[in-house]
Amino acid sequence: MATVQDIQIPDPATRTAAALEDLQDMQGEKMVLNMGPSHPATHGVLRIVLELDGEMITKAEPDVGFLHRGDEKIAENMTYTQFIPYTDRLDYLAPLANNVAYALAVEKLLGIHDQLPPRCQYIRVMCAELARISSHLLGLGAFAMDMGAVTVFLLTFTEREKIYNLCESLTGARFTTTYTRIGGLSRDLPPGWADQCRKFLEEVVHNIDESETLLTRNRIWVDRIRDLAVISKADAISYGLSGPNLRGSGVEYDLRKAKPYLCYRDLEFDIPVGSTGDCYDRYLVRIEEMRQSVRILHQCLDRIPGGADNRSKEPINVADGKVVLPSKQKVLSSMEELIHQFMLVTEGVNCPPGEIYFGHENPKGELGFYIHSKGGGTPYRMKIRSPSFVNLSIIPKIFPGCMMSDSVAILGSLDFVMGECDR
Amino acid sequence: MSNLDSAQSLKAKFGDLISGPSEFRGEITLSVADAERMAEVCAFAKSNLGFDYLVDLSSLDHYGEDPRWTVVYELRNLSTNAELRLKTDVSEEKSELPSVLGVWATANWHEREIYDMMGLRFKGHPDLRRILMWEGYPYHPLRKDFPLAGKPTNVPEVAFTEITPMEGGPFVTLPSSGDAVSREPRVRTPEE
Repeated sequence: MATVQDIQIPDPATRTAAALEDLQDMQGEKMVLNMGPSHPATHGVLRIVLELDGEMITKAEPDVGFLHRGDEKIAENMTYTQFIPYTDRLDYLAPLANNVAYALAVEKLLGIHDQLPPRCQYIRVMCAELARISSHLLGLGAFAMDMGAVTVFLLTFTEREKIYNLCESLTGARFTTTYTRIGGLSRDLPPGWADQCRKFLEEVVHNIDESETLLTRNRIWVDRIRDLAVISKADAISYGLSGPNLRGSGVEYDLRKAKPYLCYRDLEFDIPVGSTGDCYDRYLVRIEEMRQSVRILHQCLDRIPGGADNRSKEPINVADGKVVLPSKQKVLSSMEELIHQFMLVTEGVNCPPGEIYFGHENPKGELGFYIHSKGGGTPYRMKIRSPSFVNLSIIPKIFPGCMMSDSVAILGSLDFVMGECDR
Repeated sequence: MSNLDSAQSLKAKFGDLISGPSEFRGEITLSVADAERMAEVCAFAKSNLGFDYLVDLSSLDHYGEDPRWTVVYELRNLSTNAELRLKTDVSEEKSELPSVLGVWATANWHEREIYDMMGLRFKGHPDLRRILMWEGYPYHPLRKDFPLAGKPTNVPEVAFTEITPMEGGPFVTLPSSGDAVSREPRVRTPEE
């Protein structure tokens, strides 16, 4: 008969104390190591200057900005609609979610956020959740690959390929989707898309299970990331973490529940939270979030007004000619629509003066847009609150006391994108 | 406590210092007259009103007007979901206000970003360096008098701005000579 062995893992407090004690003993000569900006584990261009004592990190100074393109400056110089393609390039692993977040922010400024047709809301939710699955799959695959589990990477990338196919048939592009418009969407669901999506959902659940079998109870995986880089509840809040990193620390806060937008109020889903706040909890939260996204997608596909092929001709845009481009037929035959079309294209959507902040639950955390408008078709100032930027600022706090080889695991568990961090 | 209640209690505490509240699209904004007391107001909002989460910190440049700058704080109470926006004006001659790093740790990078992009200084910030642009960059690009096309500057030629700890060792990047065309064979024109 097989004997059951108990795995001995000291609790995080003891382990951290022990690590710090070791640190005191070995006060040797410090060495400075430059990690990045081009390092496979930094997933982009992040540079971290590490101060090492032997293999122990004593200080970490992240250096960001290598991918700065001045998106906020660019936004001040174009109309609201023209900026939508730039949002694809923020979190480039979840462009659909960025599109939705930006459109909702401008619609809040216009005051039409509660007039969105139900069909549009459901399609937008599906976009955001597909993006969440895609982003988490990549985060998980890259995290596992950095830890040496290449199989997981191959599994998750197989599924991401299917999401890209769905994106392609929905938006016409695999990566740079530019799908939403101010007040609606660029197009409706293509024929057969819903069935394709259902098929994908069945396959991805199987795939997530398979990835989990490879990792969740794998002793190597657990030993490496459990109790590593523990972020306390108080620190997570004080450092402004958001998304899975905040929930991994046990703070039950999700904008989809806390400030429901679109049709999230009508959908059933749970918010997974961690208990310790270590890398393992952040990993588990992401796994569970993917399952919840699948659940949301199933509900959306079943309940979408008009059905998959929109037999009842439900609108997908708000019925306001001063916000949404009129149909080509109308433009060519009616004077009023021609004027609207001309004004929208040349001057943009006329927004009232005022300022708003809208936060959207993106896969990486809270993607917020602060828009200050002085009226007219361009923002006076647009600040992008990017979750990756804020999440990375905790590095100097959690790195000291960890081993050099742990830094790769911590970066993987934080799951950031530099395109969004540097804007 | 609703958004408006928090705004009223903040007003009750600080009196004339705070004007407003103004409401737009369901969001409450308060203006703080004296930027010098911003840290004090924020500390009170956190400890007494429970605004434990600083969502965002942004800045505005009203070029050609006085005062030129506005700094905008987005506050949130994670347990009650209340939200509040605080604004304060800073004049161009002064261009300085107290840091709220002691209240919320997340203000660290946000304040560095405002310093980098707008050129406002935060008193009491322990590490006020540029964050997105490189060390030694001479302009503040989000100012309204900075052109969209940018201005020509000297780009640092090497990856390190300071002497590397192992300088002279085998793995150290050294400044290269010549321009990109002579260094990088792929950019040569085909006829060469």
